[in-house]
Amino acid sequence: MNNLIPLVLGMAAVTYGPRLIPFLLMSNREVPKRMDAFLKCIPAAAIGALIIPGVFSATPDMPMAAISGMAFTMIFGLWKGGIIIPVLGSVAVTYFVLFCGA
Amino acid sequence: MTREVQDACKAGIPIFIGYIPAAIAFGILSKGCGVTLLECFLFSAAVFAGASQFIALNLLMAGMGPGGIILTTLLVNFRHFLMSAYLSTRIGRIAKRYIFLIAFGVTDEVFSVLSFKRGQLSMTFVIIVQISAYSAWVGGTIAGYIMGGFLPEILTKSMGVALYALLLAILLPEIKASVTALILAVASGLLNILLIKLDILPNGWTIIVCILFIAFAGSFFVFTKVQEKNYE
Repeated sequence: MNNLIPLVLGMAAVTYGPRLIPFLLMSNREVPKRMDAFLKCIPAAAIGALIIPGVFSATPDMPMAAISGMAFTMIFGLWKGGIIIPVLGSVAVTYFVLFCGA
Repeated sequence: MTREVQDACKAGIPIFIGYIPAAIAFGILSKGCGVTLLECFLFSAAVFAGASQFIALNLLMAGMGPGGIILTTLLVNFRHFLMSAYLSTRIGRIAKRYIFLIAFGVTDEVFSVLSFKRGQLSMTFVIIVQISAYSAWVGGTIAGYIMGGFLPEILTKSMGVALYALLLAILLPEIKASVTALILAVASGLLNILLIKLDILPNGWTIIVCILFIAFAGSFFVFTKVQEKNYE
C-alpha cells in the first residue's frame, strides 16, 4: 500500500478544524440568549442520538446482553448515581449475559 | 489529591475503560489492512476520532482515494463543531490560552462528560479527562497492533457497552433534575432511528441533524423558561 501519512494528516486537519473553530469564534463574545438556549440543549440531544440506536447493536450477536447492561446502569444510576459503578457494572452484566448465552 | 483531581479521575476512568477495547480493535484491524505501525499510531495520535478511523480503513480497503476519505472524515466528524460550540461557552473564557489543546480532545465522550459537569469547568478537570481518553485511545491502538486480540473476545465485546453506559450515566442526574433533558434525549434518539431507517443522509450526518433539529426545537422551550425567570 502507498504511504498513508498524507491521508492521515488530511484527516487530522478536517477533524481538528471543526473542533477548534467554535472556540476561536465564540471565546470573546457574549452569546445571545436565544443562541445560548440552543447551545444548552445540545448535550442532551447529542447523547440521545449517540446512544440510540447504536446501543442496540453494541453486542450484535445478542442485543439483549447490551440492553441488560444498560438496564443496570439505568437502575443503579437513578438509585445511587455515580459514574464508575454504573459503567463497570454494565460491562459485568453484559459479560455475564454473553457468557451464559454462549 | 484535591477534590477536583479526584472528580476528574472518576470521570476519566469510564472513558479509559470504554476506549481501550475500541482502540485495540482499531489496532488489530489496521494491521490486517496492511497499515504500518507508524501509520496506525499516527491515525490514533493525530486524528483521535474513533468512528471516522474505522470508516477510513473500510474506505481504504474499498479502494477509495485520499480525497474521498478526507471528505467523508469531515462529514463524519462535523458533529464536533456543535459540541465545541457548546463547550466554548463554558471553557472559552476561563482558558483562552489552552483552546488549541482542548479543542483537539473534543470527542463524543469527553464532550459528554464535560458538558454535564456541574459548576465551573477548570483546566485541571478538562485536561485530566482528555488525557485519560487520549492515553487509552493511543495506547490501546498500539497494544492491539502489536499484541493482537490479547483480551478474550467476550470481554472485549462486553467492554463495548461501557461507552454507551457512560453516556447514560452522565445523562441520568440531568434527567432526575428536569424532565427537559429526558425529552430532548429520547426525541433525539427516536429521530435518529427514523433518519437511519430513511437512509437519505451520509454516514455521521443523522447525528448532526438530530442535534440541530432537537436542540433548535428545545431552545424554544428553554428560552421561554429563561425569559419567564427574567420577568419574575
